[in-house]
Amino acid sequence: MRARGSPFERLFWRATTLVVLVYVGLPLAWIVSLSLKPASDLADGHLIPRHVTLDHYRAVFANPHFPAAMRNSLAIASLATVLALGLGMLAAYAVVRLRFPGRRYLLGGSLAVAMFPPVAIVGPLFDLWRRAGLYDTWTGLVLPYLSLTLPLAIWTLAASFRDLPWDLERAARVDGATRMQALRRIILPLAAPGIAATAVLVFIFAWNDFMFALSLTSTDHARTVPAMLAFFTGASRFQQPTSSIAAASVVVTVPVVALVLVFNRPIVAGLTAGAVKG
Amino acid sequence: MRMPREHRLGWLLSAPAVVAMAAVTAYPILAAVRLSLYRYDLRFPDARTFVGLRNYATILTSAIWWKSVAATLIITVPSVSVELVLGMGLALVMHRALIGRRTVRTAVLIPYGIVTVVAALAWRFAFDPTTGFVQGLGVLDRPWLSARWSAFTVIILTEIWKTTPFMALLLLAGLALVPTDVMRAARVDGATVWQRFFRVTLPLMKPAILVALLFRTVDALRIFDTVFVQTRGALGTEPVSLVGYDTLLVSLNLGLGSAVAVLIFVLVTGAALVIVRGMGDALPEDRLR
Repeated sequence: MRARGSPFERLFWRATTLVVLVYVGLPLAWIVSLSLKPASDLADGHLIPRHVTLDHYRAVFANPHFPAAMRNSLAIASLATVLALGLGMLAAYAVVRLRFPGRRYLLGGSLAVAMFPPVAIVGPLFDLWRRAGLYDTWTGLVLPYLSLTLPLAIWTLAASFRDLPWDLERAARVDGATRMQALRRIILPLAAPGIAATAVLVFIFAWNDFMFALSLTSTDHARTVPAMLAFFTGASRFQQPTSSIAAASVVVTVPVVALVLVFNRPIVAGLTAGAVKG
Repeated sequence: MRMPREHRLGWLLSAPAVVAMAAVTAYPILAAVRLSLYRYDLRFPDARTFVGLRNYATILTSAIWWKSVAATLIITVPSVSVELVLGMGLALVMHRALIGRRTVRTAVLIPYGIVTVVAALAWRFAFDPTTGFVQGLGVLDRPWLSARWSAFTVIILTEIWKTTPFMALLLLAGLALVPTDVMRAARVDGATVWQRFFRVTLPLMKPAILVALLFRTVDALRIFDTVFVQTRGALGTEPVSLVGYDTLLVSLNLGLGSAVAVLIFVLVTGAALVIVRGMGDALPEDRLR
């Protein structure tokens, strides 16, 4: 980085940073504000609530559909993440470390999968899941999420594996370690940041999905948060659902934003490495 | 005998991933192609008959389909263009900012992490006449989501807000690949800021720009969540994905819906191929190394 610029320059960058922060933060601040306002202030147009209430949060958790949807979302997204990481790591290792025919097709083909329009397969899946008993189950959502996140997993993992000091693995094997031992003890710890970033990206994808959740579930048994939010009606029929939706949205957003903030460095590296360095 | 063993291990390790990807994409798309040749309505499952290409004829001659293609393009083209410009600006800020660079890098990730449905709701509430704040801004006072073009505006703004960070990060990576000594040489040769940007930075970033364009265009053509939440496709804002969803899962018309799905697949693949073709040698072979 260069030495600090002129006062004018410093002011310019400070202002730019502020503009970016407002742009990013305003819609969110608004939804947080709506979730804290009592029903009577809902339409007052103030960003800072004049009165603060946690009633809407209480109402959201009192509504049995919401905790169920949270549980489903957490479980389904976590399962998909673990599986995608497992299969993705095997494939990425093969792509980076082994020469075998078809290697390029694996990368190219998975890129094609990444661009797949979900609506093109949701119909047959619906038909198939109904007959196979997978409709409205966790498995019924984990499977499509696993498949559609594998390209992302393979590309970002392969990009981070490529930068690892593989000589260490060779040295360990010369010293008598098996391939698996060398992998577990030497390579995995070094690959941890790339793996963490991949995990967060896959988790976000599964947590974010709307179309499959909407099409392949129907009850609290497997319905995830985004699908539930779209049908949210508040604690009772007589209550304006806006505040409850806002509160539910904040609850759903907090964990992912926390995850993103904590892992911000490896995510930026992962997102960009996968796409541009390839 | 070393080579064949390595081949076998390579296939063995990639097989689970390949099977998982193929099972949920290749198989269903083939199933969709087959279903699209039948009249097959889940409300009358016994009346399933082979109709050849008649479903496609029905769709391609219907106004609903072409209106939805138009709506999809009306959303995609401005979103992706504005994102490209904004994303480039953001990337430059993240690349060059002397102060607050970390703050900006962290902050732009927030929209990326937010569930699309939540982002769509946040923007819907912001533009809503009762719960919003946009009304307070004087001339902007109007029922945004109740008229066609203003509804498109809200949808496009939401898309831009949600996905510009992704675009910016892809472009940032491209920016990082521009060698500093080339930039310094240009500066020594007396090139202005604009000349340096348009003559040096942009050409060197072409691969990154095309990759970002490819990802975002393909993604925008699939738009579904935002429109579902904000207008539910009313006022002629219905994109192709929503038509497909409604035919398949609301009307339960699997035959006709599958034909819509196949057409969407062709549309998206076609767009991707056009951009990849446009990349030409900007996408060097060794990217798949």
